[in-house]
Amino acid sequence: MEFKEEHVAFRKVMRDFADAEIAPFAREWDRTKTFPLDAVAKMGDLGLFGLPFEERYGGSDSDFTTLCIAIEELGRVDQSMAITLEAAVGLGINPIAEFGTDEQKERWLPDLVEGRALAAFGLTEPDAGSDAGATRTKADLVDGEWVINGSKAFITNSGTDITSLVTITARTGPGEISTIVVPTDTPGFEVEPPYDKMGWHASDTHPLRFDDCRVPEGNLLGERGQGFRQFLSTLDDGRIAIAALAVGVIQSCLEESIAYAKERISFGKEIGAYQAIAFKIADLEVAVEAARLLTYKAAWLKDTGRPYKHAAARAKLFATEAAVDATREATQIFGGSGFLNDSPVARHYRDAKVLEIGEGTSEIQRLVIARGLGLPVR
Amino acid sequence: MRIAVCVKQIPDPATPYDLDPVTHRVVRPNDQVLDDTDRFGVEVGLQLAEASEGTVTLFSMSPSGSLQGIRQALAMGADKAVIIDDENLAGSDALTTSRVLAAAIEREGFDLVIAGTESTDGYTGVVPQQIAELVDVPSLTFARKVEVTDGGIRIEQQTAGGYDVVEAPLPALLSVTSGVVEPRYPTFKGIMQAKKKPIDTLTAEDLGFSADQVGEAAAGQTITSVEPIPAREAGEIVEDDGEGYLKIVALLEQVKVI
Repeated sequence: MEFKEEHVAFRKVMRDFADAEIAPFAREWDRTKTFPLDAVAKMGDLGLFGLPFEERYGGSDSDFTTLCIAIEELGRVDQSMAITLEAAVGLGINPIAEFGTDEQKERWLPDLVEGRALAAFGLTEPDAGSDAGATRTKADLVDGEWVINGSKAFITNSGTDITSLVTITARTGPGEISTIVVPTDTPGFEVEPPYDKMGWHASDTHPLRFDDCRVPEGNLLGERGQGFRQFLSTLDDGRIAIAALAVGVIQSCLEESIAYAKERISFGKEIGAYQAIAFKIADLEVAVEAARLLTYKAAWLKDTGRPYKHAAARAKLFATEAAVDATREATQIFGGSGFLNDSPVARHYRDAKVLEIGEGTSEIQRLVIARGLGLPVR
Repeated sequence: MRIAVCVKQIPDPATPYDLDPVTHRVVRPNDQVLDDTDRFGVEVGLQLAEASEGTVTLFSMSPSGSLQGIRQALAMGADKAVIIDDENLAGSDALTTSRVLAAAIEREGFDLVIAGTESTDGYTGVVPQQIAELVDVPSLTFARKVEVTDGGIRIEQQTAGGYDVVEAPLPALLSVTSGVVEPRYPTFKGIMQAKKKPIDTLTAEDLGFSADQVGEAAAGQTITSVEPIPAREAGEIVEDDGEGYLKIVALLEQVKVI
């Protein structure tokens, strides 16, 4: 497998950027649960939020592989910043770029693509996750306005100082789900206090509430009643991107473990001289390579216009479960130090678990894969 | 303003590289990176060009290889590159390097030449001043701050104890220290544009040098032997008895850091 010349050059830029601008601060942002606006601005200057979008809106017209490289390299040093980018691009901007009218795109995309503003995607509800058909949030059309009532849960990037809009799914009639854009300054739109999470401490996640929140009829995104189909396509891309986050964290576990195994002395020898440790590290290398291949194969299928739903589920399932295993094993290699929050592997361990949950749990991925194999599983 | 920026591709410092045991020359891999110190020269060039609707042309004398390092500088925003790649140049000393670069720069035309202070693989540190002499312009060296004046350039020149303000009319040569500006990261858009930017490749002969005027044949210096650097000795531990700071100050003064 060979990456294109521009992918290799861009990976080098991303590695330099992540090492210099993100890595030195990751521990502190994690400890203080800070969403770093200045780092997000630097990511915007580097054009990361606009990678796969059209040049006329300020984007770079890149392929999906390029976005995965950016997410992987950020994820190697800071999973919170990687999910911030992933959610901003895949969930925030993508639905507008994909389903918006020219007028909607001209109005909303430039600020989002430049990273001056962030958009969030509100799908999940307290009682509706992957079972999105159970969506309860309602939007009634009254006098040319959607009147929205309901709540959303676990919404990434929804409460930052630069969040300008949230795209939500809502019931617009019996058995009908539509997608509607809600600017965050709309009366009746309420961002509730952030969640107290196990990991992803520097990522912004809130519950949202809508009380008679009114937006113009023209804020409907795509066709009325097509919300279900629209978010399903959004999620397939997101699964590959989450796999890229997982690849990044496994890569870091591998590098950190090699360095520690050469430096830490136990019973008179560096611990890398013991098979118990050396073999764990050999397994980490196999894991990162396998996860990377599945991830970039899925990205390549998408970039070349081939079906990729099945491959996306496969990559997400394998890479994220491998990430949880890798962070647990790296923490074990670090021993007592690995249990201290000052060690990067402790942060990785806390950050990795959610990868098996967000954008479709491992169980959902197995369901997609099994169905793809023609099994009558429900 | 026509700005010439001297850049060098070097082996990636992150991966150890070899010296040829016979010639003592650096064994250059196909993929070389842009010398980190050159990013500062490129950035100064880009900022001055952006302010004056000028152009930035890169000049480099080295085996082209994959041109990865040159494309890095083009992706930052430079307009074109001129590479002098010629087997006859192998073994050239610093003066020949300066002659070749000066000839290429004069051939292209310039208002300002920018270079780093020294390369990270060769460390001779004399090429910028030699080029200035050869193209017969004033040299403003070790700039830690650069500003354009009416028809000229003014810099803060780094000195051991502070800085001097030095000024010269254009055309001129400028050598910049690391830290003079914050170099930009190449964007993906920049990387894609760089693929289409012109890279002219010249030989020494194209610039009017015969084979015996360059390379090892013309070198005024030869490397007779290369020794590995001695292993680091143990550091000195200063016990703080309440006045430990005095000992530290004395040590720092001894090595002329303060």
